[in-house]
Formats: sequence, structure tokens, C-alpha cells
Amino acid sequence: MALFRSAPIAPLEYTRKLWMRGWVGLTMLFLYAPLLVLMVFSFNDSKRNVVWKGFTLKYYEKALNNDSLVEALVNSLTIAFLATIISLVIGALAAVMLWRFRFPFKGLVEGTMSLPIIVPEICLGVAFLIFFAKVEWPTDLMWPLNLSAITIAHITFCFPFVAMVVRARLASFNKEEEEAAKDLGATEWQAFRDVLLPHIQPGLVAGALLAFTLSLDDFVITFFTSGPDTITFPVKVYSMVRFSVTPEVNAASTLLILLTVILTFIALKVQGVKGITETH
Amino acid sequence: MPETKQPIIQIRNVSKRFGKVTAVDNISLDILAGEFFVLLGPSGCGKTTLLRMIAGFEMPTEGQIIIDGQDMSLVPPNKRPVNMVFQSYAVFPHMNVTDNVGYGLRIAGVGKGEIRDRVAEALELVKLGGFEDRMPDQMSGGQRQRVALARSLVMRPKVLLLDEPLSALDAKLRAQMQFELSDLQDKVGITFVTVTHDQDEALSMASRVAVINKGEVAQLAGPSDLYEYPANRFVADFVGSVNIFEGKLTLDEPDKAAVDCPGLGKIYLNHGVTGPHGADVWVALRPEKIYLHVPGAGKAIRAAAQDAPDGHNLARGTIKGMSYLGDITLYEIQLEGGQVIRVSRPNLSRHDQEDFTWDDKVSMHWRADSPVVLLS
Repeated sequence: MALFRSAPIAPLEYTRKLWMRGWVGLTMLFLYAPLLVLMVFSFNDSKRNVVWKGFTLKYYEKALNNDSLVEALVNSLTIAFLATIISLVIGALAAVMLWRFRFPFKGLVEGTMSLPIIVPEICLGVAFLIFFAKVEWPTDLMWPLNLSAITIAHITFCFPFVAMVVRARLASFNKEEEEAAKDLGATEWQAFRDVLLPHIQPGLVAGALLAFTLSLDDFVITFFTSGPDTITFPVKVYSMVRFSVTPEVNAASTLLILLTVILTFIALKVQGVKGITETH
Repeated sequence: MPETKQPIIQIRNVSKRFGKVTAVDNISLDILAGEFFVLLGPSGCGKTTLLRMIAGFEMPTEGQIIIDGQDMSLVPPNKRPVNMVFQSYAVFPHMNVTDNVGYGLRIAGVGKGEIRDRVAEALELVKLGGFEDRMPDQMSGGQRQRVALARSLVMRPKVLLLDEPLSALDAKLRAQMQFELSDLQDKVGITFVTVTHDQDEALSMASRVAVINKGEVAQLAGPSDLYEYPANRFVADFVGSVNIFEGKLTLDEPDKAAVDCPGLGKIYLNHGVTGPHGADVWVALRPEKIYLHVPGAGKAIRAAAQDAPDGHNLARGTIKGMSYLGDITLYEIQLEGGQVIRVSRPNLSRHDQEDFTWDDKVSMHWRADSPVVLLS
């Protein structure tokens, strides 16, 4: 009997309080119910997304056989991949520069760099539309060069996030470690490679993850920079929804969610949750 | 003891300025091969800047740093025959002990077999055998410091630099490491240059100490000379505890001298001080060199102070404060002139601390070779 008698709830044991559990449940419901509904109705055997008519996988088949949807998905992934790689390099270098050096107008440079985070996306989108039109950016190039305009736009708003994450990580770096490496004979480059890079690696993984997902699901800026041959996945879904909300859209969206979850899971496995979340 | 008296590091008129701040002001000194040299000073005195200039992390604004006969003033740190143990130890957190210690050898392109042997030897030297595969976050501060030591020693540097090596350790471990560092230095025969603000550390480990104040060398001497023959008020006050009284030099002959201190009385010394007659001087008197007596022991005092003429090297006062520290008791005694003098007394028996208490009237005397006359 004594085995099952639970100890009285201590003042700070919030996780054992009923109202707290209820509150957490409600929050979860609020956050994830829409996603859940979307996923469930992707299996709905009905043309309309209102009433449950039975289980089917035919909309997945339909979505995967929809050439223009698959093409949009491939475009999105390609853009996200390129934008992530380039943002990672530019962002990390910018972070190291701002952390390491003192130079005139440093504050101004720092502020300008984070501008793409602050400026409303719609303004950036219009700005890119005007810019690419003014410089007469070629639009009739072969794949994947025709994605260059969108990729450039994505790099613009992705790399400040990478720089921010890497900089936060750099703040916890002990400069004596780099000095120790040099003291032991390492050149500037060797010290960077052997000491600084391993330290900021979790920041790089987190930044890459952030950049990839930001790029993958961007709609506003992409909408203004994409042409008829360069539809991305979010833009394609939008055009499908305008026509009608069929379970095909649900199926495609569910696949995208699955993809991002798997990517995040892999990144966390590679790096370890601790490495990404902890600042020191 | 240094086996060769050759200077391994020559610092020639070195100054370092950061903008308007002068951190190191025209310092010249020689560090001899094989010695345990300590740079001692309060924080912000420039001692760490000097060490970093020897390591190559700072370039001197003026002057030369010659290491083993070569001018190294502008040579980057990775090309100097010196290695440093950092205050934070700066052990690489993502490498295990073996990789940490072998890092410098790998950079230098030493063969794998030799790296393995030398790393094992270095770890043995710092008593870290068996820790080869540990990661730094699985080790205590003291163990990490040993890794840092091994990592530097494995390079077989001409000089090992240590930046506040014991400051992050707790008191017991610090005392143990003081001995171990001296022992280690004996064993490897490498010149050690240490920076510290802790006088105990300096006195216990050093063969010679340079006391630095405001970017200048206040005194360069062996530990006991530093304590017993301080060159100026700064050194007397910084190294150990001391009472300092202002006075006038009234007598100065080769075998005796006298100073008239308004605050303390007439001071007699059994040696000359070669200062200008009638000059303003300062008398430094260490607390442990003053004898305390109960009142009415006049005869005993006169007998004890017989190495000085009548009425010299004596004082009277009232105990205003005391702190019992176990091995000694510290007294703060207000002199008849109003000034306060500090006296320490060893507790040679269990009841010694009961001999005196607050507001007791006491007499004091000291020997004629105890006071130090300071001209600056």
C-alpha cells in the first residue's frame, strides 16, 4: 500500500499540480491542433476539407504525381540548400569580424547587417522586385541558374540570423584558448581551424538549421522575385489554395512538415541538443 | 639554484603604452637561465603586460626583448622558444588530455611515435598518468592546470611563462602546488617566469623577485632580501605587513645610526644607512619583530633592549584591537603619541593569547637590527 501512496506535492513541484498540467495541455492544443487537423485531413477521402469521409492515400499519390508541385518542391530545396551554404559562410565571417576587430563605424555596420531582420518582408520583396528589374537580371537562364535571383534574396535575410547565432556563441569563447594555440606554434589559420571553429560549430549547425527553414518556407519575398519558371513550394501551394483547398494541398504540406522535422532531428543527432541550446 | 649565470631573457628599456596609458615604463632586467623568476605587483601594475610581451602577445612600444641571444621584440608568439600557462589554463575543451598535450607537437610536425612518447613523459611529470582519455570537463581545476603545464613542458621551451598559476586554486591546493611547481622546475631545469599578486607565492617559490609598481621595477632581489631589506616604502608595505613611521636622521656612522620619530620615539640601529644627515626618512618595523611586555617589567625591558642606548627602541601604548589567528595573535596598539602600531606575537603555549587583552597598557621593545630605514 505504502508503495502507491504518493508524497505530498511540494511548493515548487509545479509539474505535479493538476491546474499546471491542464494549462500545459491547453497550450499544446492551441499550438498544434491546426497542424494536426491539416495532417489528419490529408488522408480524408473527400474533395472538400470539411467532413471526414474515410481514409485514403490517393491525395499523396496525386500530390507526388503533380509535376509542377514536385518541381516547385525541388526548386525550394535547391534554393534553401544554396542559400544556407552561402549564408553560413558570410554569416560566420561577419560574426567573427564583429567579434574580433575594432574599426570605425562598427556600430553602423552591425546595425545595417541586422536590418534585413527588422525591415518588413513586404518592403524587402518590393525592393528586390525593383532591383532585379532595374539591373535587368537575366530571367531566361537554364535551371538552376534561373533560381539565382531568389537565392540572392534569401541569402540577404538568412545570413543575419546565422551571424546572430554565431556571435552569441562567440561571446562565450575564451580568447586565451586561441592564444594558447598560437603559443604552441599554431599560425592564425591553424588556431582558427583547431580552436575557434570547433567552439562555434554548434552555432553553425543552429544557424544553418535556421537559415534552411527560413528559406524553405519563405513566401512574401519569394513571391516578388519568382518568375513563371521559378515557382517555389510555398508559392505553388498558395496558387493551389486560391483555386480550391483540396486534400492534395494537405498532403503536400504534411510531406513538407515531415521533411523539416526529419532534417531538424538529423541536425540535433549530429550535434547533440545540448551543443545547440547551451550558450556556454 | 641557477647552474649557469647566463641571462636567458634580457629586457632592455622596454615600455608599453596603450593609448595614453603607460602599462610598462622603461623596464630593464635580466632573467637568468634556470632560475625561478617572479614578477610581483598589485593588479594593474604592468606585470602581466610584461609577461605577455615576453610571450609575444604584445609588442613593446619601445625597447628590446632578447631571448637566448636573439632579439624577439617583434617576433610572433608561434615563433618564440617560450611557452605559457594561462591564468584560465586555456585547455582546449573539445580535445582529450592526450590531444591537448600533443597539440604543439602535431603543429610542429613531430612523428606520431615521438609524440606518443613525449606526451606520456610529460603527463608522468605532472602526475597525470592514467588521465590520457579524459575530457577537460571531466577534470577539476587543479587537474586542468596540470594539463596546461604538460602541454607547455612537452614543447621543451627555453622559458616557461606562468600567468597567476595558483590564483584559481583553493588554499590547500595552492600550498601544495607551490611546492610542486618548485619541484618541477628543479626537475626539468627550465627557466620559469611567473606573474603573481600574491606575496606568499612569490616568497615561497622564487629564486628572485621583481616587485613592479606603476610599470616600473620597485626592487629586484631574492625573497629574504625583499622582506628583510626592502628598498622603499612600496616594497616594505606590499611584501608582508609593516609599520612605517616618518622621522629625521640624527646620527649616521658606519656602525650605528639613529632616527628621531615623533610618532614612535628614538630609534637606534646597529649599522649605518648612508643617508643625508637631517634628511626626512621612514622607519619600517615588521610586527613580528616587536616584543610585548606587561607593564612594570621595566628592568626586563631595559635588559632586553641593551643593544641600544638608554631610552631608544622602546615604546608604550594601549591595546585597542586584537585578533587571534591560532598560530599568532595580532595586536593593534595605540602609542602614547596617538599613532597605531601593529604587533604580532606567536602563541608558543596554549594560554599565550590570554596574556594581553583590550585596553591593557603595554610596553614594547625591538632589537637594534630590526628597523629598516627607507629613504624613499
